[in-house]
Amino acid sequence: MKKSFVKMWIVIAVSSLGLIPFAWAQEKNITVKGSDTIVILGQRLAEEYMKLHPETAIQVTGGGSGVGIAALINGTTDIANASRPIKSSEIAKAKQAGYYPEEFKVALDSLAVVVNSVNPIQALSLKQLLGIYTGRINNWKEVGGSDQPILRYCRESNSGTYAFFKEHVLKNQDYAPDCQSMPGTSAVANALSKDEAGIGYGGAAYFINQPQLKIVPIKKDDKSEPVNPVKPDGTLDYEAAWNFLYPITRYLYMYTGFKPRGEIKNYLDWILSPDGQKIVEEVGYVPLKGK
Amino acid sequence: MRSMSVSHPTTHELLSQKGFRLKEWLIERMLVAAGITSIAIILLIFLFLFKEGVQFFKTASPFDLIGKTVFDPYEERHVFKMMWQAVSVLPKYSLIPLICGSLLVALPATIIAAVFGIGCAIYLSEMASAQLREFLKPTLELLAGIPSVVIGFFMLTLAASFFQGIFHTKFRLNAFVGAVGVAIATFPIIVTLVEDALRAVPRDLRDASYALGATKWQTIWDTVVPTAISGISAAMILGFGRALGETMIVVMATGKAPIVTGNIFSSVRTMTANIAAELGSVAQGSEHYYALFLVGSVLFTMTFVLNLTSEIILTKMRRKLRM
Repeated sequence: MKKSFVKMWIVIAVSSLGLIPFAWAQEKNITVKGSDTIVILGQRLAEEYMKLHPETAIQVTGGGSGVGIAALINGTTDIANASRPIKSSEIAKAKQAGYYPEEFKVALDSLAVVVNSVNPIQALSLKQLLGIYTGRINNWKEVGGSDQPILRYCRESNSGTYAFFKEHVLKNQDYAPDCQSMPGTSAVANALSKDEAGIGYGGAAYFINQPQLKIVPIKKDDKSEPVNPVKPDGTLDYEAAWNFLYPITRYLYMYTGFKPRGEIKNYLDWILSPDGQKIVEEVGYVPLKGK
Repeated sequence: MRSMSVSHPTTHELLSQKGFRLKEWLIERMLVAAGITSIAIILLIFLFLFKEGVQFFKTASPFDLIGKTVFDPYEERHVFKMMWQAVSVLPKYSLIPLICGSLLVALPATIIAAVFGIGCAIYLSEMASAQLREFLKPTLELLAGIPSVVIGFFMLTLAASFFQGIFHTKFRLNAFVGAVGVAIATFPIIVTLVEDALRAVPRDLRDASYALGATKWQTIWDTVVPTAISGISAAMILGFGRALGETMIVVMATGKAPIVTGNIFSSVRTMTANIAAELGSVAQGSEHYYALFLVGSVLFTMTFVLNLTSEIILTKMRRKLRM
């Protein structure tokens, strides 16, 4: 009886240790919040930077581009990540709150459209993609493929990729209701490797060197040449992204509330330096031109 | 030594006994407090859920929960759409595809689990030898202990392809695959509850049946099962409630496309999967946030009513069998 009481107290004592906040105040704290697309990139950048500068603590969280910019306006974050440019309405709000957002383009991202490797389709135009994803085109033979129904895969609505695709390819129309939403780009790749009639999209780096998948070259309109986001040797085609020849390419941004100073400036400078851009490349995005 | 202390209780022992009683008193109070706390927590969750859910109507009308009339740029006219698409220029919060999806998974899952579960329970309680029972019961409990994420993973990677090979379905991940997975999770619950109900049938009834010349099968089918029928239905209702609330398996195995359909081989998005997928990153206090709480309130109300119904049925049955 007594022994078990002692044990109980030990358990209580040990578990209450967990309640002690472990976030000790550090000299230099940078908070980064925003787009879920950039969360992994942001965390990798922060990790590397903290290795070089142990006195700096950088916290990176997601939530979405809009959430990040709202946090910037509320003053609850130092840097906002965004996979889309800031809206004029958001700039106006920021100015009312006394902030002057500064924009930093940190990387480029090409969204690849992917099908199963047995699919004979050679290229798709943006218009055909719009038709497929809004539910107007329902059979592969309508776009030059074999006679079988199209199975649409998309991402969850909280994903920046979902929003970017919706804005740039769907022209803000609704996705067809039978789009199956996948929790991540690797889940899309996994599903498409099994589904011969499937179509999906995601960051191009996820689909490279997978023999069961085929990245579909995209045509800007019916007359233009199809462009592949990936070179024949299986690496990302940086030129196609830099010149926006590949039509589903976007910048990834970081915003600060003021002209950056001190440690925040050092951090952003480092991201834009060759060292930082090397991390961008490692994570699977396209580094900025000339960096 | 031991015999001495038994025959002569010393003052020291009496005192320690008194101390023991104090401990007992304390533990009793702690248990009462734990009981009250759990009730309070349920009440608070209930209140919180509804308080947040109701705020959806600050900005949206109740009709939005059924559907919205929107302009279709292709047909160039306004069309009534029952759609869940919360991230949109014009957000659509129809609950119809979600409720449709939940029922399309939970109903077949309950039916599958009940067919196998009731059979298994009859076998366990009426036919199996004591040794076999000793072996089968722990095995069943092991099945109940499988984490639902493991079942979901199994359905997603292996079972989905297997079923697609058999039925040649358009969607690899569909309501049926989800239902089979949920049935695996519900099955042990139904077996345990049905077996309890069958064992609650008094021995006398069985003996009377045998005395009248009935065979084992006739006794089971005409005496035991009809007597326990309310317990069996309560088990099924509880299983249905469990199937409605199952999240991880349906997140992984149903494809999550919010389609209004009655086709069991179509991809569906259940209420639970929808909340799990979207609540993580929705802006707090937004219309979408409140809409998800409203979905949660609807789900909670449904499972609450189901649990209450089965509890009432069970209480009635126990009273009847005692008389």
